[in-house]
Amino acid sequence: MTTPGTAALWAVVGLPATAGAVLVVTRPRDRVAVRVALAVAATAVLLSVLVAVARPTVAVPFLAGADFVLTVDGLAALVLPTVLVVTLLVLVAAVGEALTPAARFHGLMLLFAAAAALTVTAGTLPTLLFAWELMGAASYALIGFWWWDEARVAAGCTAFVTTRAADLGLYLAAGAALAGGAGLALVDLAASSTGWRHVLAAGVLVAALGKAAQLPFSFWLSRAMAGPSPVSALLHSAAMVAMGGYLLLRTQPLLAATGWAPWVAMWVGAGTALLLGAVALTQPDLKQLLAASTCAQLGFVVLAAGAGAVAGGAAHLVAHAAVKSLLFLAAGAWLAALGTKQLAGLAGVTRRWSLVGWSATVALLALAGIAPLSLWATKDAILAAVREESPALYAVGLAAAALSAAYAGKVLVVIWRRVPADQQGAVDAYRDQEETGTGRIPLAGWLPLLVLAVAAAGAGLLALPPTGAVVAHAVGQPGGYHPVPIPELAASALIALAALVVVARWRVPAPRWARRWLGLRQAASALVTRPTLVAGAAAARFDDRVLDRGVAQAARATALLARRAARFDQRGVDRMVEVAAAGLRRLGHLARRPQTGQLHQYYLQAVVVLVVGAVVLVVLG
Amino acid sequence: MLTVIVFLPLLVAVVLAGVPRCSDTVARWIWVGAATVELALVGVVWAGYETPPPGQLAFAERAAWIPGVGSSYHLGVDGLSLPLMAMTAVVFLACAVYALRERHRPRVQASLFLFLQSVCLGVFAAADLILFFVFFDLSIVGMYAVIAGWGHGDRARSALKFFLYTFLGSLALLTGFIGLYAAADPHTFDMPTLTAENPLAGRPLAGPVVLAAILIGLAVKTPTVPFHTWLPPAHTDAPAVGSAVLAGVLLKLGTYGFVRIAAPMLPQAWRGWAWVIVAVGVVSVLYGALVALAQTNLKRMIAYTSINHMGYVVLAVGAAGLVSVDTVEPRAVAVTGAVTQMVSHGLITSALFLLAGVLYERAGSYDLHAYGGLAAPAPIFAALFAVGAFASLGLPAFSGFIAEFQVFAGSIATAPVTAVALLGILVTAALFLRAGQALLTGPTTGCAKGFGDLRATELWSVAPLLVLSLLIGVLPRPLLDLVEPAARTVVDLLGR
Repeated sequence: MTTPGTAALWAVVGLPATAGAVLVVTRPRDRVAVRVALAVAATAVLLSVLVAVARPTVAVPFLAGADFVLTVDGLAALVLPTVLVVTLLVLVAAVGEALTPAARFHGLMLLFAAAAALTVTAGTLPTLLFAWELMGAASYALIGFWWWDEARVAAGCTAFVTTRAADLGLYLAAGAALAGGAGLALVDLAASSTGWRHVLAAGVLVAALGKAAQLPFSFWLSRAMAGPSPVSALLHSAAMVAMGGYLLLRTQPLLAATGWAPWVAMWVGAGTALLLGAVALTQPDLKQLLAASTCAQLGFVVLAAGAGAVAGGAAHLVAHAAVKSLLFLAAGAWLAALGTKQLAGLAGVTRRWSLVGWSATVALLALAGIAPLSLWATKDAILAAVREESPALYAVGLAAAALSAAYAGKVLVVIWRRVPADQQGAVDAYRDQEETGTGRIPLAGWLPLLVLAVAAAGAGLLALPPTGAVVAHAVGQPGGYHPVPIPELAASALIALAALVVVARWRVPAPRWARRWLGLRQAASALVTRPTLVAGAAAARFDDRVLDRGVAQAARATALLARRAARFDQRGVDRMVEVAAAGLRRLGHLARRPQTGQLHQYYLQAVVVLVVGAVVLVVLG
Repeated sequence: MLTVIVFLPLLVAVVLAGVPRCSDTVARWIWVGAATVELALVGVVWAGYETPPPGQLAFAERAAWIPGVGSSYHLGVDGLSLPLMAMTAVVFLACAVYALRERHRPRVQASLFLFLQSVCLGVFAAADLILFFVFFDLSIVGMYAVIAGWGHGDRARSALKFFLYTFLGSLALLTGFIGLYAAADPHTFDMPTLTAENPLAGRPLAGPVVLAAILIGLAVKTPTVPFHTWLPPAHTDAPAVGSAVLAGVLLKLGTYGFVRIAAPMLPQAWRGWAWVIVAVGVVSVLYGALVALAQTNLKRMIAYTSINHMGYVVLAVGAAGLVSVDTVEPRAVAVTGAVTQMVSHGLITSALFLLAGVLYERAGSYDLHAYGGLAAPAPIFAALFAVGAFASLGLPAFSGFIAEFQVFAGSIATAPVTAVALLGILVTAALFLRAGQALLTGPTTGCAKGFGDLRATELWSVAPLLVLSLLIGVLPRPLLDLVEPAARTVVDLLGR
């Protein structure tokens, strides 16, 4: 049955997918492509609001035992519009960056948005995996958008292969769900048989941690910064990485049913929030700092999923999407204008472009957890739930929150710095180091930032009363809504302020291990990539030198055997035949001898024969 | 109807070969026309197909042939063979279109490929073991001629190796067939009869031996590790269209034998050998992927990924033999995945081999590092290669995902240890991305300079294959509706 709701749900995925594919294949001119993309993205936003209200479910037969299901529940109703609104704003901002060919860029972004929308609404494991891996492929194409630069393509390759390594968890989960007997629908996974439920939870957990760039997978996000800034603004804030956290929130009942999975999630999440927070604090490159911060903030979402704070996690996801996409867009705008994303080169940048500067400031204050901005409230909603589970984890969470304030403060200090005239030269030396700056930020480049700044400031309402209760009810928060106690809110606000003051006053240490992202990439390269390549080379040598040579040798042995047989045939069998023939020939010669043609000799022979015959008869008779 | 489908190409081949006055252009177009008609005929069969009752075949045709040994001319299709016949018709049509620019003896080539198409379709349509074997062996002869006549490099040696190795395999197969024949009472080579009769039931010694003979024969043709070493040289030295047919269609003759003959006719023995088959499948998956990762020759690389992809099929049909009561559904899913994989691999790998042929035709090299930045001079080639690579690494929205998802879900649910084969899709992803990166991205260097983009014949042969893979990937139901009942039948037969 088709209702406006179900039609809108198909369209919210199908429209961007189709439009994206058409743009990529037909490659229209830039102006046309941009207009089509913006129109489609705006329509998708409207559709997403429609389905968020109507909450439809659609299903068509797909594989045996698992339909292709799209469904909108409370959680999806919150996240889907977020993803699509950010998509629209990022596409607007990308117009300012003039990424050419626009058809390919905007088409791929729309394809990605469709995959993300499908991920949000997927109702069964095959549907989820379908969307999940398409997101990965689109992200590969987007990170490697400037294909003529091989290093960027290699970065995309790292991102794709690393996340796919984690995706194997979902394939495993699909097998476990099939065996577990409860079906492949996401809502039924927790009802799977006990043994298989553990496999399922492990698979889902690994896949989600990989996509969310949690430890130990975080390094791919660092490399993914090689892509254009608008790509990071969408993929590495609101969509792809966020989907890792989202999946865990969605499958929270499954995790909870196993007993151990929530603890793994909580410790990995808290550990990532803490360690990647430290990494962020030491990055000299703004985009690298933001990437590490994304890992850390997603750590809070993963922590939420483990602690059962689904509503707090969802609110954090939404608020972080606004904050981080704003900051990536600001970093992109400054990079395009000044040609650098090094913090040292961005000193005092707010004074030159004040609207961008103020928007970024709002986002950074929110990221720092300064009250009453968004991440302050959402993070505390998570930490309150964690405190009930484990004081130790709560302490780690608070430390991670302090680190968020510290790295956000570090950026704030830089961009608001009043550069003395004698040091201006040192700052200007960074200009045009990474690309040629245009020296300007166009309207399209800063307008979306204002919208995002409003969201970054106000999204905390999702976790605060009274709207927090509505959200908690909508997402089906286990145990209902509990407002965060005022003392906890006050304490975290104070910690954030204190951390801000500290970094404003003192220099932050930057140990090497943190600057190099904990050596994660080197470890992956040494422990996984290189051994695999070596094993491949060894297998290839084995194939050529042992297996293939074995076959060749068998063939050669056969040939040798054939030659031997031939020789035996000539010297043995054939010789005997010839010997026999020679014997016969001699006998023939002998037989010819009596035939002399002379009558008297014939008579003599006849007499001899008669005599011999008579003798024989006499003797035998 | 099936007789027409099987022998029409042969008839055209004979006419083409017998009329030497026919010009090259006309010969090329006659080939395209015949392949188109074939595709249309298979389409008609597909449209009129209704799932036959278990143990029976649709569109069956039967006539006396060699009654003395219980062999008849018996053709028929079901959900296992019809998708493969359709895939065969598509791949041969793509080759016909690609070969429209062939300059080397096009008339003979067209005739030879039509002959090959006949025998390949014959294998899939055959419902009699002798008939099956005749077609099976003739395919080897045809491919030998293709490699030796139109190949490059060390083609004579590669062709000979291919011929001798696969011919030896087919002898093992024949031995197994004779074993089945001898065990049946009354003696017969009729496939549905043998399947229904299960002649070696309760023969704990003879059954496994006969199955071993058949398995070795099929394993050589598929090929699985360790019987695969004829494949890389055969591909490397074969012409593009030859490689496309070899990988796309001929390898399926082996895997088809697993689900058509070996498993249903020898269920007890199959169950006994199931873990061995699973192990061979897993090893083929991982080993094929690892060796492919180390290749620098594009065609050798794709050849080894074929071994990897066929490994999934072997893994799935092996897992189907791990019979227990509560895994009927997962095992049916695995077999469905295996058949889907045969179709999917046929489409995608043919496309990749045709693209590799473009490389050789333009610059005379398959060496990945001889190129660089091809995306600049040849954007369409780059786009199609990228799509083909992603399709081959099992990206969702392409047929490979539908196949591999089912293979894995079904196999893991039956035997969790098979999850180790998942690493295969990871290595495949890495190797295709590396290959694409080396060929297409970066600054334009080496052989890529002045590289001409795809011509119409190349585009119209490769693109439809990939579009079909996309269609199956997004809308798998038409295919799966056909395959699922047949896969279920195979699983039921295995449970006897």
